[in-house]
Amino acid sequence: MNKRIFLDPLFKNNPVSILALGICSALAVTVRLQPALVMALSVTLVTGFSELILSMLRKTVPNRIRIIVQLVVVAALVILVDQILKAFAWQTSRQLSVFVGLIITNCIIMGRIEAFALSNKPFPSFVDGIANGLGYGIILVAVSFFRELFGSGTLMGYPVIPEQWYVANGGFYENNGLFILPPMALIVVGLIVWVFNAKNEKKAWKK
Amino acid sequence: MEEIINIFVKSVFVENMIFAYFLGMCSYLAVSKTVKTAAGLGLAVIFVLLITLPVNYLLNRYVLAPGALALINPAWAEVDLSFLSFILFIAVIAAMVQLVEMIVEKFAPALYNNLGIFLPLIAVNCAILGGSLFMQEREFETIAQVFSFALGSGFGWFLAIVSIAAIREKLSYSNIPAPMRGLGIAFIITGLMGIAFMSFMGIQL
Repeated sequence: MNKRIFLDPLFKNNPVSILALGICSALAVTVRLQPALVMALSVTLVTGFSELILSMLRKTVPNRIRIIVQLVVVAALVILVDQILKAFAWQTSRQLSVFVGLIITNCIIMGRIEAFALSNKPFPSFVDGIANGLGYGIILVAVSFFRELFGSGTLMGYPVIPEQWYVANGGFYENNGLFILPPMALIVVGLIVWVFNAKNEKKAWKK
Repeated sequence: MEEIINIFVKSVFVENMIFAYFLGMCSYLAVSKTVKTAAGLGLAVIFVLLITLPVNYLLNRYVLAPGALALINPAWAEVDLSFLSFILFIAVIAAMVQLVEMIVEKFAPALYNNLGIFLPLIAVNCAILGGSLFMQEREFETIAQVFSFALGSGFGWFLAIVSIAAIREKLSYSNIPAPMRGLGIAFIITGLMGIAFMSFMGIQL
């Protein structure tokens, strides 16, 4: 049971590529791999713990004010993440700028709380939150992998394209500047969605 | 005055909420199937941005910013409450959306019928919170600049959602590969529109 809750959101019901949730804060941080990893980790932690807390509170919070309670819990967790990042990873925190705050309005968190945590026990909710965060992280890391590789020729800041390939050194290769610009993030996600859908369809067809 | 118009033009075209920062993508993708509903949501976003940004600006300036509380008591000049800004901004947005919904329902039922269903959606629209956070980051000097920024980014969002809705309406007649239909093609079209918008880069009045 718990295994299924964990594995489903990674590929089959991936929150980003299948359900179109949580793209808002995702794409602006995908120019490089490192901030994308930090962002994925933060979202995973916030989703997991907010589902855990709200699932424990689910019987005490009146239905009518639940949205406000959810926002407060999520916002408090995001403040924690933001303060921790500011204290221990100042550079990354600068790069992420307002997008850490925007985790609050990430639709994955609100969507999973409404759909899962309010009707399930704390531990499965926690697993569900972590898994959805990781599903989101997979897309984020995939997008930023391609953007950093083709856009700047590095991965995690380390050069991977050999120096002598570049035109400046008499080679044939040049970085594709388009990959650094925002629109390319959308196109890469579009292609990833295509791959995911094509794969899922094939499975359904085989059955 | 020139500065104010400049902020407006910049936030509509150069720093468009959707094409440059991907804010509000969830509702942008979900509600862009027909032009009419897209226009309704776009108008509601402009409306809510115009109300919440000035309120959050005043809150930021007179309560949260470092040393702002010195106006009340000089002993508090050292107090820096800016770590509370996320929670206060989102509370203001949620409260304002609720308030606006009640007021509009009472005094303008016709407008409520058009905007009503979208208002609750907007409380968790990233474009609204994003607007407030950008406003805090950019440190605008006067409230007129804040109004112009709110109007500009709302209008930019409106423009983006209405144009993609128009494209998607036409798209339902074209032959797209099956796995690409719906979400996939919407992403790619948004990307192409973003590239078109990049031609405005560097415009300054």
